[in-house]
Parts: sequence; structure tokens; C-alpha cells
Amino acid sequence: MSKFSKKKSGELPPVSTASLPDIVFMLLFFFMTVTVMKDSSLKVENVLPNANEVKKLEKKDRVIYIYVGKPTQEFQKVFGSEPKIQLNDKFANPSEVGDYILAERAKKSQELQNVLTTALKVDKNANMGLISDIKQELRKVNALKVNYTTYEGDAFRNLQ
Amino acid sequence: MARRAGAPEVNAGSMADIAFLLLIFFLVTTTIETDAGLDRMLPPMEPPENVEDVVIKQKNIFQVNINKNGQLLADEELTDLKSLRAKAMAFLDNGGDGSCNYCKGKKNSESSDNPTKAIISLKNDRETKYGTYITVQNELVGAYNDLRNREAQRLYGRKFTDMEAEYLNPETAQNVKDDLKEKVKKIQDLFPQKLSEAETSTAN
Repeated sequence: MSKFSKKKSGELPPVSTASLPDIVFMLLFFFMTVTVMKDSSLKVENVLPNANEVKKLEKKDRVIYIYVGKPTQEFQKVFGSEPKIQLNDKFANPSEVGDYILAERAKKSQELQNVLTTALKVDKNANMGLISDIKQELRKVNALKVNYTTYEGDAFRNLQ
Repeated sequence: MARRAGAPEVNAGSMADIAFLLLIFFLVTTTIETDAGLDRMLPPMEPPENVEDVVIKQKNIFQVNINKNGQLLADEELTDLKSLRAKAMAFLDNGGDGSCNYCKGKKNSESSDNPTKAIISLKNDRETKYGTYITVQNELVGAYNDLRNREAQRLYGRKFTDMEAEYLNPETAQNVKDDLKEKVKKIQDLFPQKLSEAETSTAN
């Protein structure tokens, strides 16, 4: 009889942690799906300006990115501290922008090729001269839709 | 010794740890990118064929010049950035020749004839800071948006920017989209965005 007697103590039964992995997995899957791995690491300083009349850039597959800014600390020895253009993973001259756009455009599927947008991610301290050169190049290859990527915020903060 | 059949169960207690490890990895690497910005169309390199040179009256052009120090010359007056939006709106909304029945401007005969004819021309120096340029762009787009919002509010009782955002949102249902398309188009035609970007001047 005493063999089967239950221990009767005042202790609460421990909370079952069996479902913990499930919860964690749920979170895991959420973050796995929303994660966008950066395909190119930034080699330029890229503090975007602020603007408040912005439009969202939907559909990432239709966007070609161009980065402009001062080379970061580690590249300044080699490339100097003047703002540079970064295409994919390397620095480029304005004259190479056209070829890059054409190459990127060729990679996209046929039906997207006419609706591509070029997103210019430009550091707010860059000079307009370089941007104008890029714009000229874009016009040459008929990539007319551009988006000046900005942070959302008060535009007058750019001036400080 | 009695032996139970089958392999012993694998202890799944450490599964949570593994999952946590992965979770933390993804948590750290995640950047939920929210790219937003100012959409612009560049002018085509070659002008469209068989278009004669259109003569644009000087009064229909609102010239905005930014110099390398970030100072602003709007319509030949030194202007503060904060008052640019109001000035641009006054210019667009002027309705000088009386042909615009929705304009609420001053109908000054020295300023623009009609919002459909009014052009804002933006010119900048090569040494202008990009931040300043974006601020100016933002103000000019803002001027258009404010006017469009006003008209949309009058005609449809809601803001133009909201309508456009809903129209561009891929999750919007098709029938809603078709409905919005008409309205958005109509408002855009009332105040067409004619923002020309001249080529930059070289430093002098």
C-alpha cells in the first residue's frame, strides 16, 4: 500500500516547459522570414537626409541601388575622403554607372525591365556635382525613374 | 534484465537552446528595411520627336536656384527655406488668366496663368550639399501635395497623399484600385507636377 501512496506536499507542480521550443520556433520563423540579408556591405558613409513628403519604395525586386558617400575610415587611406560612388561591392566612377544599370537591368526578368526604379542612397554631405553626373548617366541609359532614398523626418534637420 | 524494444528517446530538452541560438542570430542580423524616399522622373535625354519648341512665358516659370552655401534664390528673391513652400504654393495656385476655377490664389497677372502651365525650375550648383537639395525638393513636392490635398479634400473628402498611398499599395483590392486610379489621375491633372531640373551650373 505504501508503495503507491502519493507524495502529498504543498509544492506546486513545475510549469511545463515542453512548449517552450514551439514558442521559440515561432519567433525564429518570424525573424527568418522578415530578415533581408544585405547583399553588399557598405563601404561608404551613408547618413541619408530627412524628408517628410516621402513615398514608400515597394517591391524590392524592382529597385537598383546606388550608394554615394565618403569612403569609410578603413578605405580612406586608399580612396581619399572625397565622396565616391559604390556599385554593388566596389567603388566606381560616374562613367561606370550606365554600364552597371544596364547590367542590372539585364539580370531582371523581362516584364520588370521597364518598371525599374533607381534608388539613390546618398549621404547628406555629398555634393550635388557627383549626383548630377549620375543623373546624366542615368538619362543616357534611359533609367529615368529615380528615388532619392531618405529617412522619414523633418526636412529642415538636414541643414544642421 | 528486461529490455524494452526500440531505441531510447532522444532528449529534446536542448532543442529550445538550439532554437534560441538561431533566434538570437536572426534577431541580430535583421534590419527591417523601410525604404522610402522622394520619387522623381528625370527628363529624357532626347526630346520627344516632332515637338516644336514651346515658348514658355517667363511668368509661368518659378525659378529656384540653390548656391553652394545653401542659399536660395526663388523668383529672383533671396528666400528662406522655410518660406519656400508658401511661395511655391502661391505661384502654383495663382491662376493669373482666370481660366482656373479651383484656384484660390491672388490672380496676380505677373505670376503663373494656370496650374497646368506653371513650371518650377530647380537649378543647383555643383557644390550644393545633397541634404540642402533634398530639403528643397521636399518643400517643392510638399507644395504640390498640399495643393492636391486641398483639392482632394474638396472633391472626395480625403487627402490626396492617402489616396495615392492606398492606390500604390499592392495589397489594395483591384476594384478599389480602379476607383482610386480615376480620382488620383484627376487630382494630378489639376496640379500636374512640372518640376524641371536644369543641369547644374559649374562653380564660378
